[in-house]
Amino acid sequence: MNAHPPLFEVRDLRVAFGRNGVFAEAVRGISLHVDHGEVLGIVGESGSGKSVGMLAALGLQPEGARVSGSVRFKGRELVGLPRRALRELRGSRIAMIFQDPLSSLNPVMTVGDQIAEAVRLHNPDLSRRAALDRAKDLLALVAIPQPDRRLQQYPHEFSGGMRQRVMIAMAVANDPDLLIADEPTTALDVTVQAQIMEVLAELQARLKLGLVLITHDLGVLAGHADRVAVVYAGQVVEQAGVDDLFARPGHPYTRGLIASIPDMTAQSERLFSIDGTPPALGRLPAGCPFNPRCVAAQDICRREAPPLHRKGDHAAACHFAFSATESAA
Amino acid sequence: MTRYILRRLIAMPFLVLGIVTLAFLLTSVTKGDPLTAIVSDRQLNNPEVVAAAKAKWGLDRSLPERYAIYVGNLLTGDMGTSFITRRPVAQDVLYRLPATMELVIAAMAVGATIGISLGVLAAYFRNTVIDHVARLFALFGSSIPVFWLGLALLYVFSVQWGVLPGPGRLDARATPPPMVTGFMTIDTLLAGDFRLFLDAVWHLILPAFVLGWAVAGTISRLVRANMLEVLSREFILTARAKGAGEFRVVIRHALRNTMVPTLTVIGYSFAYLLTGAVLTETIFSWPGMGSYAVDAARGLDFPAIIGVTIVGGVVFLVTNLLTDIAYVVANPRVRLG
Repeated sequence: MNAHPPLFEVRDLRVAFGRNGVFAEAVRGISLHVDHGEVLGIVGESGSGKSVGMLAALGLQPEGARVSGSVRFKGRELVGLPRRALRELRGSRIAMIFQDPLSSLNPVMTVGDQIAEAVRLHNPDLSRRAALDRAKDLLALVAIPQPDRRLQQYPHEFSGGMRQRVMIAMAVANDPDLLIADEPTTALDVTVQAQIMEVLAELQARLKLGLVLITHDLGVLAGHADRVAVVYAGQVVEQAGVDDLFARPGHPYTRGLIASIPDMTAQSERLFSIDGTPPALGRLPAGCPFNPRCVAAQDICRREAPPLHRKGDHAAACHFAFSATESAA
Repeated sequence: MTRYILRRLIAMPFLVLGIVTLAFLLTSVTKGDPLTAIVSDRQLNNPEVVAAAKAKWGLDRSLPERYAIYVGNLLTGDMGTSFITRRPVAQDVLYRLPATMELVIAAMAVGATIGISLGVLAAYFRNTVIDHVARLFALFGSSIPVFWLGLALLYVFSVQWGVLPGPGRLDARATPPPMVTGFMTIDTLLAGDFRLFLDAVWHLILPAFVLGWAVAGTISRLVRANMLEVLSREFILTARAKGAGEFRVVIRHALRNTMVPTLTVIGYSFAYLLTGAVLTETIFSWPGMGSYAVDAARGLDFPAIIGVTIVGGVVFLVTNLLTDIAYVVANPRVRLG
């Protein structure tokens, strides 16, 4: 249907970790795509495989992990690409930012040097001076005051929010097409979270970035994502446009996530939470992986893993995905 | 930063005075009678000779008096006269200290280079053959005594294979260059004699390696442990996500973060090297402080013993200060006001 291939397309991505020759899959066939200038939210609990999957897509999986499936960037296959070719893409066409900006920055290098390094790695002919000038502009771009002075400082001299701005500046240093932000606000104070999201949203619009926003907090995605993929136990269990997802969630896990967003206007005292914990690596229950925690689980859920049911652009991996809404309609 | 260094510098004279006092007191409470070193056995029963010797060397005075005179002389750079060489101790030290420093610095260079390289390789290729070989190398280095290793290597490389020279700082037939710095490698270059310079370097290799091996072992284990820790940190992932190659990730991002503990160990290894130099110098006929100290101790040469102790102490203080400064420079988080 599309003349152009999507900016970033992941198909049946699997990542397995081995111990003593026995491999267990942390990512069990994730498929998703991001178009130019589109914001895709990926939501799931910690350990669901959302971060590992995205890292592996760029060849940054932990040592000893086994990666299979297909990852295409502008139509070019990344899985199995030589390390050198991947390196040329990373930081130039595809950038990443991480959860904890303090541990993500090198403590013994000045902020200016770290940003300039990102610039020069992909523009080797640029002088150090010119790269530092570019770094200064980048700091100004993410609204860090006094960029001249800040360049010469070390990460520990920055506040948490300012550090994350530095990470963002570093990520967009080479005008990438795709930015993968892995829990960019999780380690920050609540008041700062909103500011960082604003910076990200503004840059995304200005630079026409494809943005993958990984989070465990569905609430963060409400105002920022175009589409959302819900990941559970290493699989995408639901995928839909953001409004559609919030209005008509097709998977009970998504309904649980929506219900656990704190509601400032509600009078209820207790916060909703989904009972139980996600399955441990390599210890999946029979049938639907969510069935032990599901309030609506039937016999079939304990026997058969549900296929992905589709309804337009909305997909959900639940035996009863669209039956409830349809009967209600 | 400057205030911190200033504070440390101000403390230095007091520390040195402490060392002088201790060295002086320790030698005065030892059992040995320095007269046996000054007066020949035959003359020891001659009261006149003994009294004259006592008067000449100030041994007839009380301990506090001798201490006051010694400290007074020290301030003018006079460390007394050696009983054995009959030359001023300060002059002997000036001649011998550079020889030791040249050996110790060369050993440190060998130890740090081998140690850091092995540590980095062992960490990056952990649990592979490279890692095991590095571990074995470190184990040998720290468990083989210097005197045995020195003799064994001299025998193999010099006597058997003849690829490296025997003991000494220069070929026995060569004429040493005029002494300027006391560093043979520098003095030969100052004299414009490049062949002699190569000869000096050639003679440094074995003793520097013997002395440096143990330090290399310690440093490689430390670097390996620190590298493993740093390589698992998140900023390493950031560097890779930026598109940095493995070499840059390891050297620029990881190794630089392990420099703080490494510098500390390198600095404090100086003390070990100074002591280790005693044995190495003896084996390699190296005219340094170590062999001077051994001769002084054997001959109850008290002025020389005190002199060696003070110089050793001062060298130790200075290297510790340099270590602490390097520590601050390498670690921006502890820049002190």
